[in-house]
Amino acid sequence: MEPIVDPAAHGTFRTRSGGMIAVERLSLTYGRGASRVVALRDISFRITDGEFAVVVGPSGCGKSTLLKILGGLLSPTSGVAELKGQPITGPRRDIGVVFQTPVLFPWRTVVGNVMLPADVQGLDQTAMQQRALELLGQVGLGGFERRYPRELSGGMQQRVGIVRALLNDPAILLMDEPFGALDAMTRETLNVELQRMWMQRRITVLFITHSISEAVFLADRVIVLTPRPGTIGDQFEVDLPRPRTLEAMNTERFGHYVRRVRSALSARGGLE
Amino acid sequence: MKRRGPLAFCLRLIFLAALVGLWQLVVVALDMPAFVVPAPTRVAYALYQGIGSDIYTTHLYVTVVETLLGFALGCVLAFLFGSVIAMSRTVEYYLYPLVVMFQAMPKVALVPIIVIWFGLGMSSKVVSAALVAFFPLMVNTIVGLRSADEDRVNLMRSLAASRWQIFRMLQLPNATPYLFAGLEIAMIFALIGAIVAELLGAEKGLGMYMQSLNFNMDVAGQFSILFILAILGLTLNGLIVLVRRRVLFWDRSRDTDVSSVSKGDVL
Ligand SMILES: Nc1ncnc2c1ncn2[C@@H]1O[C@H](COP(=O)(O)OP(=O)(O)OP(=O)(O)O)[C@@H](O)[C@H]1O
Ligand SMILES: [Mg+2]
Repeated sequence: MEPIVDPAAHGTFRTRSGGMIAVERLSLTYGRGASRVVALRDISFRITDGEFAVVVGPSGCGKSTLLKILGGLLSPTSGVAELKGQPITGPRRDIGVVFQTPVLFPWRTVVGNVMLPADVQGLDQTAMQQRALELLGQVGLGGFERRYPRELSGGMQQRVGIVRALLNDPAILLMDEPFGALDAMTRETLNVELQRMWMQRRITVLFITHSISEAVFLADRVIVLTPRPGTIGDQFEVDLPRPRTLEAMNTERFGHYVRRVRSALSARGGLE
Repeated sequence: MKRRGPLAFCLRLIFLAALVGLWQLVVVALDMPAFVVPAPTRVAYALYQGIGSDIYTTHLYVTVVETLLGFALGCVLAFLFGSVIAMSRTVEYYLYPLVVMFQAMPKVALVPIIVIWFGLGMSSKVVSAALVAFFPLMVNTIVGLRSADEDRVNLMRSLAASRWQIFRMLQLPNATPYLFAGLEIAMIFALIGAIVAELLGAEKGLGMYMQSLNFNMDVAGQFSILFILAILGLTLNGLIVLVRRRVLFWDRSRDTDVSSVSKGDVL
């Protein structure tokens, strides 16, 4: 096993003990021969405990691939991905995953869907049920517990998906463009809501998006991924006070970060 | 189907009645002999007499029992085989040629052999019904279990679910629309399997009784049996639909035709 590179060599990176997620020279290639696709090449970054990290990049640059590796669903071709200092070998119960679509089971009620992790992992039903109802209330879904997913709007469904990921109180939340399919207004509302939920919990989040303003709005740290093959174009910390408001998106400092992401993307031909 | 009003319903009844009337008219006008085409009134009379004399009910009872036993046997086996094939690529690899061969073969052609093997009693009918019912459900079981969306499988995997949990909590409920489509076809197929076996040689049952009416050139009697068989088929199918409505309340596509999956199935 390749040892984690000396933290001192990483300049602005925090120490290894504070690294919740550590990714070192990670590469992933799909298929072989003529159909070979290099989805990720030599990705390295580190996310500290309680940090809200956002990976931003255009479609097809390997964002979902990265998330699947961190979620233990895919093994990297080379390099290491570690959680809390341990290499990821498969799915773990202390990680919550929110996918690009809500991925709800139509035969389960809203609360039934939220309880899925408890059912799979054999957690205490009564306590978890209590928690599920509480969490649903917190995201404004009180009164919808016994409904079925088809009776909910897209935004409500994605909220259910998030609550489900939070049910067993994971140390890390992985989110793959959770609001990508929603309209701009719903999306902004959910961004504000997500920030609020995160500020209450301070868990480590890795959030994936292709929206630059969404990235800057949510992030402590932005990691810019450029395509073909996916490599890190730039990464930096976003120093904006929280809670951030939607109005803050019109400020000069916000604009500064947005321009920084954009120039990293266009430098690599990521933005046409 | 579009909802229509009570007027349309009445028109539908009138249309059916007109057809029966036309049939009667043609038979009387052309003076057709009853052993070629019986008039509807004769058929109705045969039906009335048959039901009154409880000969029909005895035979009906036998056929229903054979069909239901065959259906149950065929469906249990189809579900087991289908599940194993769907879950294991290795099993699929070795069984697939066999499945394809049987799939293409008209299963009713096997019934004469089954009657030789299992005799003139009920068991040959049950086996025949099971054989014919087996394939549509097995195919639908395989397709249904495999149809689980990749995102949903990934969700289950990300929760560190075991293979059995993925089967039980995702693949199985996800397959139920396919399973019910398969069950509906399997029920009708089981009835066909039982009747064909009865026609070929039996001691009791509507198919056997039909055969004996045929020897007596009692065409009106045969028509009355056909009528009973149609009602029986509808009732058996209705039972499945009833259960499906309760189980598949969540399936929005319930009115669309999932059964098309196995429409190409050969009897
Ligand atoms: N299972 C697979 N087999 C082969 N190639 C794949 C597979 N999954 C993804 N790819 C390829 O890898 C590259 C990265 O895919 P990925 O899904 O990670 O992109 P993404 O950044 O999430 O895109 P989007 O924003 O559209 O979701 C793409 O070029 C894609 O075609
Ligand atoms: Mg993606």
